[in-house]
Amino acid sequence: MNKQTHGVIKGIISNLVTIEPDGPVIQNEMCFIDTGKEKLLGEVIKVNANTVSVQVYDSTRGLTVGTKVEFTGSMLEIQLGPGILSKRYDGLQNDLEKFEGTFLKRGEQSHPLETESEWNFTPLMKTGDIVNASDWLGQVEENGLPHKIMAPFNLVGSWKIKTIVSAGTYKLSDTIATLENETGKTIDAGMINKWPAKIPLKFFSEKLRPFKLLETGVRTIDSLHPMLEGGTGFIPGPFGAGKTVLQHALAKQATADVVVVAACGERANEVVEIFKEFPELIDPKTGRKLMERTVIIANTSNMPVAAREASVYTAMTICEYYRNMGLKVLLLADSTSRWAQALREMSNRLEELPGPDAFPMDLPAVISNFYSRAGYVQLNNKKFGSITFIGTVSPAGGNFKEPVTESTKKAARCFYALSQRRADSKRYPAVDPIDSYSKYLEYPEFKKQMAENISGNWIEYALEMKNFMLRAKESFDQINILGDDGVPVEFHVQFWKGELLDFVILQQDAFDDIDQMTPVERQLYMNEKILSICNTDFQFEKFSEVRPFFRKLINICKQMNYAEFNSEPYKEL
Amino acid sequence: MEITPFQKRITHIDYITKATCTLKASGIKNEELAIVDGRLAQVVKMKGDDVTLQIFSGTEGIASNSEVIFLGESPSIQVSEKMRGRFFNAFGKPIDGWPEIEGTKTEIGGPSVNPVRRLQPNQPIFTGIAGIDLNNTLLGGQKIPFFADPDQPYNEVMASVALKANADKIILGGMGLSNDDFLYFKNAFSQAGVSDKIIAFINTTGDPPVERLLIPDSALTTAEYFAFQKNENVLVLLTDMTLYADALSIVSNRMDQIPSKDSMPGSLYSDLARLYEKAVQFPEGGSITIIAVTTINQGDITHAIPDNTGYITEGQLFLRKDSDTGKVIIDPFRSLSRLKQLVIGKKTREDHPQVMNACIRLYADAAEAKTKMDNGFDLSDYDKRTLKFAKQYTLQLLAIDVQLEMNAMLDIAWKLLSANFKVEEVGIKEEFIKKYWKQTHGAEVSI
Repeated sequence: MNKQTHGVIKGIISNLVTIEPDGPVIQNEMCFIDTGKEKLLGEVIKVNANTVSVQVYDSTRGLTVGTKVEFTGSMLEIQLGPGILSKRYDGLQNDLEKFEGTFLKRGEQSHPLETESEWNFTPLMKTGDIVNASDWLGQVEENGLPHKIMAPFNLVGSWKIKTIVSAGTYKLSDTIATLENETGKTIDAGMINKWPAKIPLKFFSEKLRPFKLLETGVRTIDSLHPMLEGGTGFIPGPFGAGKTVLQHALAKQATADVVVVAACGERANEVVEIFKEFPELIDPKTGRKLMERTVIIANTSNMPVAAREASVYTAMTICEYYRNMGLKVLLLADSTSRWAQALREMSNRLEELPGPDAFPMDLPAVISNFYSRAGYVQLNNKKFGSITFIGTVSPAGGNFKEPVTESTKKAARCFYALSQRRADSKRYPAVDPIDSYSKYLEYPEFKKQMAENISGNWIEYALEMKNFMLRAKESFDQINILGDDGVPVEFHVQFWKGELLDFVILQQDAFDDIDQMTPVERQLYMNEKILSICNTDFQFEKFSEVRPFFRKLINICKQMNYAEFNSEPYKEL
Repeated sequence: MEITPFQKRITHIDYITKATCTLKASGIKNEELAIVDGRLAQVVKMKGDDVTLQIFSGTEGIASNSEVIFLGESPSIQVSEKMRGRFFNAFGKPIDGWPEIEGTKTEIGGPSVNPVRRLQPNQPIFTGIAGIDLNNTLLGGQKIPFFADPDQPYNEVMASVALKANADKIILGGMGLSNDDFLYFKNAFSQAGVSDKIIAFINTTGDPPVERLLIPDSALTTAEYFAFQKNENVLVLLTDMTLYADALSIVSNRMDQIPSKDSMPGSLYSDLARLYEKAVQFPEGGSITIIAVTTINQGDITHAIPDNTGYITEGQLFLRKDSDTGKVIIDPFRSLSRLKQLVIGKKTREDHPQVMNACIRLYADAAEAKTKMDNGFDLSDYDKRTLKFAKQYTLQLLAIDVQLEMNAMLDIAWKLLSANFKVEEVGIKEEFIKKYWKQTHGAEVSI
């Protein structure tokens, strides 16, 4: 390692400082600005001859030109090890719980893990075994999940296990194995690994096309626009259309081993809602507290903008780490627009020439690059793991033709468009059945998987339902143009078939204990039932007979949604 | 701000724009205050020895040899119990003719609350207005704006909400307030006999626009003192945040920053969030609730100011004049209180969520029927009933001049539903129908 680089502040505008360094600096290297009282963390975002631009992850109030800066020689690194689950971090992986006081203090940092905690370690390898970076040396149990302890990520080539501890209880900071390479060099492996957040952690042999349904219990997603394990999707919508409620539903209900929720620039009270709600909720599958499988990255909108930019990378790196254990991970980010806005803010300060809507020119590349870190992978040991990523987008003015929505549309495979119209008439979730799509419906491997496990008709039903919705919309438009009696009665029937599907399948009460989550078997039953009604030819004399009939029908079916599946009242309905 | 012998004095200014000036100085702190020819200014940019100051009252008449005194500190105000009933300008100086107050000097725009230390808002704030209490229940610790065209009576509605709400302190931050509105607030508060609960920071249309930038910070720093130090429930009224954002764009424009959408600075979201996120429920009991006004142009919420605001605040309240009844209402479609789910049906009567939703859904049907009518089509019996319902709903509940208690709102809603619809048309859970459905229409109770 070279002599540590130091520098001196030469200029300040808001959270961007320019520094003159006395040695080499790395792009994205972290540095500490030493005010004498505090050490403020910053990240190099531009190197220009002998001037380095640094975004400071804290308020720069009171900083002066001439302040000393220490460069750390490393990028923003995430600490990976047992004890991450159920933590509440900020965008830089500080454990928020460890900060004392009601207000966040400038320059304060806290260790993301409990170095003194003890873990019951079981070796998966023995002395003499050959290991490569990230191979599973052993495992500990973390909140009911097998947490793999991996060989150091920075290993180059193959190493031999010289010693490994036997099964027993060890401290997080203990050495659990000593590795040796051909040249006789040895290295101690512990339970903690470090990894730079902005670099994908790619210790897998192959990335496959997603093929397994990720059950969410949200009917409009599972039944109409399915999300798959290892898939990507995004939810754009104007404010008030229900992005956050939908994301919370996914976080609570989706069948994942680990859920990471990244609140980047989110409203603090919504973050508090997750903090409050999750610890109380029980995961029906494991009987454990939901919070035990959840990690929350909370960077509320008033926390420093630079940390907001970092938060999605911190979250993704944690996801990649758990995927590497062969687990099924779900990452939810709310909202990626605010992340993009953070990029815009910094690019603006750097006086870069702006792209569309003043976003940086490389925004589409940054977004697609980030989405590409999700996926269903085969690990080096032939096991499988996945990261499903669903981000929300807050398009300015609810306009889907703005740069963040457009760039994300190219990167994500599922599009859950929230519509103002649906939200206005309280048709929640406001996912527009016609504009939204899931590319996975076209995947033959998904079709095969569904046929083997749930139903051979699942995809057919999805397409059929979408088709009914489309015809209903067309009929509705015709009725609006020509009037109730200006169209054949059949148009009214078409319209009401759509309404039936809408009210019974698409709309779901996220605040009702039973209706909020519909298991796949129940969805299948309802889809078949409703589609069989839709496929029935009804004979009405007059258009005025159609509405009362369907209203009544909708009411009956809606009561079914509120009733326990296969319960007595349910069967009666 | 005091001037002492040890402060840096400089008498040469290199550049002067409409809002900023730049000069050579060293050892200057970012965001520190300075006095330029007697006017308050703040450091906004430093590059080597070049220091750029934003002069709050504008640069008209500033000479290149004006005296510049650096004060070595960030903007702060004196906070104390003595602020009760007082009116201040943007710099915290009294404008009510009374002497300056003594208190603890507190920097404005302080740090944010650790999210894990926040308590989830849990207490409803009742206003007596059904468009708010019934459809968009507010909570202590919430932040919410009125989105209104300039011709809407937003200040009146906000004052009436403030007077009804059970707050220990009401802090008014007026930015670019017309003198008439300023006097209106003053009178409304004194007539209601709550003058000693009020603290106001006022910048009127006659004051320089850049001074507005200090108003919300001063108001919120004061709010934090009462909510955090004294455990009080504080209601902060900010009007008009659009003028605040305009002032931001003036400064960023003068600093030659690349403008973002609608000529607003790229940092608009962060700038607004820093203020709105001061809304909080502290675990010790104190809270800060922010009700703001964002004026918009012809209902256009796609403009950067309302758009960014909407993504930060916990909902929005839309004021709209209903053409059928001539009443000003809180628009049930576009208004939203994101936190209402935490209390409705829990701290309010059990039937609240379902009744509220049913009414709004039927009101939406009425809107469609109206379109049909406007297009000259025949209306069905159902259409006619929805229209009748919508009118009654507007007059008896939505109009902002109707004052009701929460349960009375629910009872009226049930009455209107049963008078106009059949049970199966309202889509409400059976258990509530059994309990609350009034048989005014001879409608069958069975489903």
